Amino acid sequence: MSSTPLHSPHPAAATLRKATTEPLWVRLLLTCIALLFLALFLVLPLIIVFSEAFARGAELYWASISEPAALHAIKLTLIAAAIAVPCNVIFGLAASWAIAKFQFKGRQLLITLIDLPIAVSPVIVGLSLMLIFGARGYLGDWLMDHDVRIMFAVPGIVLATIFITFPFVARELIPLMQEQGREQEEAALTLGANGWQTFFRVTLPSVKWALLYGVILANARAMGEFGAVSVVSGKIREQTNTMPLHIEILYNEYQFAAAFAVSSLLALLALVTLLLKSLLEYKAAKDLAAGQPH
Amino acid sequence: MTKSSWLKPTVLPGFGLSLGFATFYLSLIVLLPLAALLGHSLTLSWAEFWKVVASDRAIASYQLTFGASFIAAAVNLVFGLIVAWVLVRYNFFGKKVIDALVDLPFALPTAVAGIALTAIYAPNGWIGQHLSAWGIKAAYSPLGVTLALIFIGLPFVVRTVQPVLEDLEKEIEEAAASLGANRLQTFCRILFPALLPSLLTGFALAFARAVGEYGSVVFISGNMPMKTEITPLLIMTRLEQFDYAGAAALGSVMLLISFILLLLINLLQHWSNNRHGAKA
Repeated sequence: MSSTPLHSPHPAAATLRKATTEPLWVRLLLTCIALLFLALFLVLPLIIVFSEAFARGAELYWASISEPAALHAIKLTLIAAAIAVPCNVIFGLAASWAIAKFQFKGRQLLITLIDLPIAVSPVIVGLSLMLIFGARGYLGDWLMDHDVRIMFAVPGIVLATIFITFPFVARELIPLMQEQGREQEEAALTLGANGWQTFFRVTLPSVKWALLYGVILANARAMGEFGAVSVVSGKIREQTNTMPLHIEILYNEYQFAAAFAVSSLLALLALVTLLLKSLLEYKAAKDLAAGQPH
Repeated sequence: MTKSSWLKPTVLPGFGLSLGFATFYLSLIVLLPLAALLGHSLTLSWAEFWKVVASDRAIASYQLTFGASFIAAAVNLVFGLIVAWVLVRYNFFGKKVIDALVDLPFALPTAVAGIALTAIYAPNGWIGQHLSAWGIKAAYSPLGVTLALIFIGLPFVVRTVQPVLEDLEKEIEEAAASLGANRLQTFCRILFPALLPSLLTGFALAFARAVGEYGSVVFISGNMPMKTEITPLLIMTRLEQFDYAGAAALGSVMLLISFILLLLINLLQHWSNNRHGAKA
């Protein structure tokens, strides 16, 4: 490594390059440490999920994911995500429009409050909902009188999922819309567009990749939420069991292969999420390089 | 207060509608439940509240939760910096895939992570059997809790340090080198101070996430009171015993800590952005 490359225009250039990078052995060592760390903590768990899922053969795998309880859990998980994610998309768009396009007092506080659900433990989310809607909660008696079930039923699961995935879309949109400023919208209004036209034809197309990005992150989190949902669901099989809760029950019943089989579906979802995320980052970078937001 | 005094005038429409909807939704979904939690813990007298939140079992759970979260975040601080460094500065085969994979803990459901890690570190697991041959108990011990929390917090430091490292100008390092600094001096005196705010932000984010974590820990911890019981699990236990006030008391202590961590993270991010922005 000590010899200067022949094509180097100036001996100083090689010295400089050497001075701003590390010796080969350091580079190799750091790369190996990083890869080993990631292999141990990221790749190994993934391998375990799929290898344990198929440990008792493909037949049991198929049986585990197609039994009625599993199918019901899959359906409930999809329903919860299908309600929670659109709700948070509408919120994210409204919040980011207000925060990014206007200057008002209390803006910073609003941004901080939007981040709050990320810092709150999922168990506390479930507990808080229980204290409002549970049998001994603030609304417990009223709900009982009117025969409305929220806790240990689907509405509670949906509410918990909305809370948990609350910030994801807004967090992606706010910084991007702040960066884009107001000129384009102002131009559209000057040209005679009304507010909604401006929003749908100018603002929305320019944030579409960030919006999609927020949606897939929120969706992954919604389908995988465990702590909050496990407090409010009551874990009634074929009624209020989502996929993660179904996995827990199978695992606690020592049906490991079945637990890992259902897990493998969620692991697959995680991998697809990462793939889509990379794709969206690539698309957004390409649009940025092309110099046009849509 | 008139509208114009707190809102800067603009021709854009929809301020009232969007802010109104956003604050209403925020209050309904997030603030109201959290207020209910704080309100419920106030139904206890101060002495009762103290008896719950300062019981031996609760204190043991705080020690485990915060201790394991701190160690996990510290491990992520060191390895996260190395991973970010390698991903930004070096080229190797499969770098893009590895880079994408760093976000796996964000995308993989915690329950799945929990049972996978338990399968690896259990006494008969792939790694657990070798560790137990050396007399180390990984799963069902505080070490197992820490391992799960390392997994959960892994992306934070990498993702906060990476963009800062990408934006650092090569010229500063060249200047340091031409002034006679060796590589280690350049790193310690030039690069490390520039990365410090983002490193601390990543650490705080990983720590905050770990403190509240439940799903991945319950499987690997073994859940023995006083030994491997984290605070969120203790709250769960109180709930299952229908001790709502006790659960609310513990929950409000944790909520308060989350608030403080969130404020700290905001301050750190502010510092980090100032550093980062001032240079550009």
